[in-house]
Amino acid sequence: MSVINVSYENFNEIKNSNKTILLDFYADWCGHCRVIAPTIEQIADENPNYIIGKINVDNEPELAQSFEVSSIPLLVVIKDGKITNQSVGAKTKQQILDMIED
Amino acid sequence: MHIYDMIIIGGGPAGYTAALYASRAGFDTVLLEKLAAGGQMTLTGDIDNYPGFDEGVDGFTLGMKMQQSAERFGSKTEYCEVLDVDFSKSLKKVITSNGDLYGKTVVIASGANPRELGIEGEEKLIGKGIHYCAHCDGRFYKDKTVVVVGGGNSAAEDALYLSKLAKKVYLVHRRDKLRATKTYQEALFKSKNIEFLWNSEVIQFISDNRINGVKIKNVTDEIITEFSCDGIFISIGRKPATSFLKNSVNIDENGYIIADESTKTNIEGVYAAGDVRTKALRQVVTAVSDGAVAVHYAEEYISKINDRM
Repeated sequence: MSVINVSYENFNEIKNSNKTILLDFYADWCGHCRVIAPTIEQIADENPNYIIGKINVDNEPELAQSFEVSSIPLLVVIKDGKITNQSVGAKTKQQILDMIED
Repeated sequence: MHIYDMIIIGGGPAGYTAALYASRAGFDTVLLEKLAAGGQMTLTGDIDNYPGFDEGVDGFTLGMKMQQSAERFGSKTEYCEVLDVDFSKSLKKVITSNGDLYGKTVVIASGANPRELGIEGEEKLIGKGIHYCAHCDGRFYKDKTVVVVGGGNSAAEDALYLSKLAKKVYLVHRRDKLRATKTYQEALFKSKNIEFLWNSEVIQFISDNRINGVKIKNVTDEIITEFSCDGIFISIGRKPATSFLKNSVNIDENGYIIADESTKTNIEGVYAAGDVRTKALRQVVTAVSDGAVAVHYAEEYISKINDRM
């Protein structure tokens, strides 16, 4: 599955899913966000059982605020509606998979 | 056992220039990178002082281009972490998270990272109020109160940048004057929302899940004051990434590899290129220059050892 563009409008629908969710808060001007973008896409392609979404913090200030984003890239893992893991900064594929599976 | 002509540690400008020169010279080369091409410049928005780009270039793009330039001539990148090295024999060994590699020469281009304050809870609060890059994270502090720690040019630049976004900026410096150049100082003193806390040190973070204040000690009268703030930007210099080298090459008291403009370290066949080396000016242009110089001396060394064989 490909990476979903998450907005304020479709967030509730995604949030209530019973699948594991990975959210990638990013911006176009952020170098480390661009570093991890291909990895996030790869994880989405290889793991159709997860919902992988990306949130542009410049376009979605309400969502960014509700997750108290103050540094990006911020990765957030949500299981059964609860945040189980979150971490700031660029990471390797394995580190991201570990975050999801933790 | 595969023996490389050259193993390059680090995929920033120095590393990829070494990879470009080495692969063009026909060396069997591998570059080891932990995360992605570009190194520290990945975090730089616009680079206006790297020649050849008349409208500037962003660090991420420049890093990708440098990687592609090297790969054009057959250089390859292996994504792994270097854990240890063994330079005790003429054949050099590099121990990585993907296994052991052997090379006739090694170019260390591992770069540097922001220096931490070293205060309890710092790592846990990264992204929750603790920051090392004002240009990356500053815009999340619009109309908030922030603290900048440091007294050099980069601290001055961070404070100025943040003063345009934040409601209030405290600049904390442990001395009674800044190291930053006059141009920066004039701009700082003119700014209406920057308050200077001289002779002062951050001694404690106040947080509940995220930063909401800081304890600052005045080093002259030892008085401790609490300040409320939303974020802290630490700009106290850089720390070379040399801990994996342990005592294998000579390193100065700040952790930089001791090498002159020849990039030669005290070990024959081992070179230090870019920010990781003792040098006067740490810039993308001086890093790429080091990469080329390292390959020049490595070529000399390889032909010498090949003659011996």
